[in-house]
Amino acid sequence: MTLLPDDLNVDLHYWMRLTRTMDDQLVNLWKQGRGVGTTFNQRGHEAISVGAGMALAPDDVVAPMHRDLGCYLVRGMTPRRLMANQLGRATGVTRGRDSNLHGCGDLSLNLIGFISHLPQSMPVALGAAMSFSYCSEPRVALTFVGDGSSCAGVFHESLNLAAVQRAPFVVVIENNQYAYSTPLHQQMAIDDLAVRASGHGVESRTVDGNDVEEVYRSVKAAVGKARDGGGPTLIEARTMRMLGHAIHDGAEYVPQELLDDWSARDPLLLHEEKLTSRGLVDHEYLARVAEKCREIVDDAVEFAESSEWPDPGTVSDGVYAA
Amino acid sequence: MDSTTNGTRTMTYIEAITDGLRTEMRRDPDVLVMGEDIGGDFGGAFKATQGLEAEFGARRVMNTPMTELAFIGAATGMGLMGLRPVIEVQFADFISTGFDSIVQYAATTHYRWQAPVPWVIRAPADGGIRSGPFHSQNPEAWFVHTPGLKVVAPATPADAKGLLLAAIRDNNPVIYFESKPLYRSLRGEVPEGDRATPIGRARIAREGHHVTVITYGEMVRQALLAADGLAPEITVEVIDLRTLKPLDRDTVTASVRKTGRAVVVHAANRLAGVGAEIAADLGQTSFEYLDAPICRVGGLDVPVPFSPPLEDAYRPGAGDITAAIRETVAY
Repeated sequence: MTLLPDDLNVDLHYWMRLTRTMDDQLVNLWKQGRGVGTTFNQRGHEAISVGAGMALAPDDVVAPMHRDLGCYLVRGMTPRRLMANQLGRATGVTRGRDSNLHGCGDLSLNLIGFISHLPQSMPVALGAAMSFSYCSEPRVALTFVGDGSSCAGVFHESLNLAAVQRAPFVVVIENNQYAYSTPLHQQMAIDDLAVRASGHGVESRTVDGNDVEEVYRSVKAAVGKARDGGGPTLIEARTMRMLGHAIHDGAEYVPQELLDDWSARDPLLLHEEKLTSRGLVDHEYLARVAEKCREIVDDAVEFAESSEWPDPGTVSDGVYAA
Repeated sequence: MDSTTNGTRTMTYIEAITDGLRTEMRRDPDVLVMGEDIGGDFGGAFKATQGLEAEFGARRVMNTPMTELAFIGAATGMGLMGLRPVIEVQFADFISTGFDSIVQYAATTHYRWQAPVPWVIRAPADGGIRSGPFHSQNPEAWFVHTPGLKVVAPATPADAKGLLLAAIRDNNPVIYFESKPLYRSLRGEVPEGDRATPIGRARIAREGHHVTVITYGEMVRQALLAADGLAPEITVEVIDLRTLKPLDRDTVTASVRKTGRAVVVHAANRLAGVGAEIAADLGQTSFEYLDAPICRVGGLDVPVPFSPPLEDAYRPGAGDITAAIRETVAY
């Protein structure tokens, strides 16, 4: 298997480190009582959200979900806007209308915002892909869903429609072993989620979701195929949700051995080991990047906490488009 | 379609819908239609899209699988990318299958992240044609209760076209309830060209002094029949709401303050229906102008039954409206 270019590997590392730093800081803020509402843990998902996000071209459209902080960052949504959204401020992506990463869409960044009813982003991203076919534009739409989502009717409806339309559409299942507290074996009677595609005539594959190079490479191939008129692809990326569903959740229902197994394969540390062992970067570089990410996230927190709350007089603004 | 006179044509209600679709598809290449069985020579369960594929091609007249959740969601994605899909749900009853994609996703998107979702759902609604519980419903109240949607319900061929044009041009998700019993039984003058009926403005379908009937859809025809029968003894003002969300409260209020009496009518079941909001609003804004209690006429709180005697017992008509008017005027 050919290695990815060195500068790309270094970039992938940067975005994963920034994602981890921001997620850690979110956990800190909430533990200190500085949070608003809830925040969804990202740990374990960095390679998938960053790797898939980086595999897209700027004109491609992506509909991430609540474990995809990395993808929002890669696509150019600033830590300031994201942090302000987490804290319900007027300067957040949704101007205080929607919570945490929900609704963090921005068409100028080709980002589609999600709703809690996963995987309802799936047909919406498919519609974006269908519009590219309609307009004969060489663009692709990608969305992320969870293992839980893959059980839902609309998941299958969307794959079927995507196949019929031969749409330039890529779906990434982030199989993190749990839908909230429910383990895979209570959700489905299969071990291999990629097989869900075969009944719809959609190509699929399973990848190691903790290996950012593998995620990037497989998504890049699927995106290229879609762009060339080859139709949709489903990619199952396996990982482990290393913390609870959201900040309130201690995830006591997850066996410690499972976490121990997966923590030996932390996606960020795995990639850092690769970079150093290949001699691409040294530990001093990694420390510098970590420090830079801390500064960016600290700045985002300061920006968010000093931002105005939304004016209650604007509560009815924006229900309708002009 | 019949003869052309003074820039109008006589056509049926469903011909006006087709004319509206064709007008917008000719005017705007971003407009497409999608739904079950709408393509080809078949042209939909009610033939509203017949001839469109021949003129515009399969790219713009898209047959879909029987999966409302997926294709309404897909229309949302298309709308976000700048297209203007017009979705036909084969019967309004089937709209519930796509509920999440409408009320959770499309309806909230602009409020949450300021992205417009410019689609239209054409929902063939209403009963009286012996079609049973799942081909006769009037589910408009679900959507009037949902922030972020617009809801229209034309009662005439002119508005069937005019409101469809306005709905397609609107940058929000619009649900367009068309009344099946009017499809081929109601003819009227329809302006040629592309004159839209503004969303949010009611119409005085008939002027009168003694009582105001506020209604929409096929019940406008029933109310006009009732008014004919009561004239000249009682003169009835009939308001055709045309848009259910946002409601034209000003036109309703002004009329009721003039007549002092209000009868609110719809074919949908009465309980928590659109008429409840109108009656409550009038009670709050115009209490001192009223000479009688506000009367409400609507369907029963039962599934729409199939057999003619049962459906007639369920569904209001001109006779029920006449009785309600007499009672209100006699109060």
